[in-house]
Amino acid sequence: MRGLLLRLAGSLPALVAVIIVTFVLTRVLPGDTATYFAGPTASAESIAQIRAELGLDRPLPEQFWSYVQALVHGDLGMSLTTGQPVLTDILARLPASAELTLCGLLIGMAIAIPLGIIAAVRQGSLADHACRVIVTAGVSLPVFFTGLLLVYVFYFLLGWSPAPLGRLDAFASPPPAVTGFYLIDAALIGDWETWRGAAAQLILPAVTLGLFALAPIARITRASMLAVLGAEFIRTARASGLSSRTLILTYALRNALLPVVTTLGMVFSFLLGANVLVEKVFAWPGIGSYAVEALIASDGAPVQGFVLTMAILYILLNLAIDLVNRALDPRARHT
Amino acid sequence: MSAATPAAAASQSVLDVTDFSVEFRTRAGIVRALDRVAFSVGRGETMALVGESGSGKSVTAYALLGLLDAAGRITGGSARLEGTELTSASPAALSAIRGKRAAMIFQNPRAALNPIRNVGKQIGDVLRRHAGLGARAAAAEAIEMLRAVGIPDPARRAGAYPFELSGGMCQRVMIAIAVATRPALLIADEPTTGLDVTTQAVVMDIMGRLAAETGMATILITHDLALAAERSGRIAVMHAGHIVEDAPTKTLLLYPRHPYTRRLLAATPTAAGNLADLRSIPGNLPDLRRDDLPPCRFAARCDRRLPACEAPMQWRELEPHHRVACWNPA
Ligand SMILES: Nc1ncnc2c1ncn2[C@@H]1O[C@H](COP(=O)(O)OP(=O)(O)O)[C@@H](O)[C@H]1O
Ligand code: SF4
Ligand SMILES: [Mg+2]
Repeated sequence: MRGLLLRLAGSLPALVAVIIVTFVLTRVLPGDTATYFAGPTASAESIAQIRAELGLDRPLPEQFWSYVQALVHGDLGMSLTTGQPVLTDILARLPASAELTLCGLLIGMAIAIPLGIIAAVRQGSLADHACRVIVTAGVSLPVFFTGLLLVYVFYFLLGWSPAPLGRLDAFASPPPAVTGFYLIDAALIGDWETWRGAAAQLILPAVTLGLFALAPIARITRASMLAVLGAEFIRTARASGLSSRTLILTYALRNALLPVVTTLGMVFSFLLGANVLVEKVFAWPGIGSYAVEALIASDGAPVQGFVLTMAILYILLNLAIDLVNRALDPRARHT
Repeated sequence: MSAATPAAAASQSVLDVTDFSVEFRTRAGIVRALDRVAFSVGRGETMALVGESGSGKSVTAYALLGLLDAAGRITGGSARLEGTELTSASPAALSAIRGKRAAMIFQNPRAALNPIRNVGKQIGDVLRRHAGLGARAAAAEAIEMLRAVGIPDPARRAGAYPFELSGGMCQRVMIAIAVATRPALLIADEPTTGLDVTTQAVVMDIMGRLAAETGMATILITHDLALAAERSGRIAVMHAGHIVEDAPTKTLLLYPRHPYTRRLLAATPTAAGNLADLRSIPGNLPDLRRDDLPPCRFAARCDRRLPACEAPMQWRELEPHHRVACWNPA
């Protein structure tokens, strides 16, 4: 527990760095917020007036100081595009992104981990070759391309999936928010029609992300399983005549999962990045598409809020991975 | 070495190996790792298998228990464990024998144990597999095994992980895993390498005591002649995949007959050294991938070689229980 707190404290400098960098970036990036909002026909005076209202005319350190002060009070600023507090926007949209990313990760894991295990246990088998093909394909296909391809095939050609327009059909109403995850919230009240609708919308973008996550997970599972199967303690287990079930599941797999868990953290952070594109392709109302729209509008506060949210998510994620590692590996509990 | 006559009395023997040959198929050619190896080990007996590194001691152990990797296979001969033929046994049959009737322990005990499973469970796994115990009974019996190998406070240590134990403690755990099901045969492959001298003695004492208590036959694989001299009743000397001499320990140490054995003893003054550093024996082990390996694989290094040494090798029984594979023994 102390180690965990230390880690949390250790990530504070990174958080500070992220705050500084995002602040500077939004000020340095091309595009002038005041000009954008004043509109194309605005006079120089009205632009200057907007600039003064937004506090953009004060010196940078002063702006930064008031930004930090606001942050401490949980104030991420206002979005000029939506007219809402950024925190409200992000909290409203975060569950959409989280549900999508987690589903993508789960799909990736559900396929990649068994595939990697079989590929390692039966080297040279069909599964092994499949694993190699998928790893290569996964590395070379950009995620927006897989997304568009899936939409083209399953919506446009086959008509199997609904239009890629958000989390639910336009005529359906979302389930009452408990977790913000439609699949969970709909299941909680037993509204299976809404559940099916949400799942139908979710499946293509989640598969897109899953395909993206597949390659690194399958590769590391196979490699780590191979390494463990060659380890001396596996030889001991074989010399003790343990059944192949115990050997592979209890002895090899549990050890092989340690590096896989660490990789999952990395993959998850990749997914958070890939999300931005996937949300755009599928009109997914998450924080990725929110940030992209804000960026296009030179709306600084949402972009800052987005990057900050990502940084915090990343830190929490690493913490979660630490916890899982401690549960799996007694050696980790002692450091 | 055809028509091998194992030295131990056949009625007492736990393991009878005759004409046992193993090859590895590698990209660089076929490695003839073992060639017509023959020996027997009797109930309660400790036989040391000695030879310099690379002579085929570990391969012998792995091949007997069906643990060779995919490249290796047994090409001939027989190995009978209490009458059960091992060379023709199915993988399932071998896996039922391993850990139950024949067990093995290894060098580097910490790496040989599962790093993330507590040692009590690792002992319990063998008991559940072979002794038909349930989880609870296996856990209780595991604690008894830890006590039997002299681990203090066994109930608490059962929950320990290998990284929390010393090398010597880990080797005791390995022994507990190996003997948990009272096997008829224990193969110990360099069990004390890497342990300090005091711990070596303790570990060997434990193995000796358990063997005496249960009548277990032990094959002690080592390159340490001093250890073999102290702990075995009989020594078989291995060179390049051949057993070249096999005699009761005292006889072998006092009256070595094979030129290789003599060199080994000369290279380890008063038998107090080990064979890790054998530079005083000229030449190397022959390349076992050659197609034209001579009948005597020591010939290139031998100073007693005769033209007759080109003839196919045969065992010579110099006196009861002392045999040598040499045309011109000293
Ligand atoms: N997996 C393998 N592939 C090819 N050759 C092997 C393999 N394992 C062992 N050998 C050969 O068998 C010989 C004996 O090895 P080993 O039994 O490990 O010697 P040691 O007496 O030191 O235990 C080695 O010289 C090596 O050439
Ligand atoms: S058989 Fe001949 S060459 Fe081989 S060890 Fe004996 S004397 Fe030397
Ligand atoms: Mg060896």
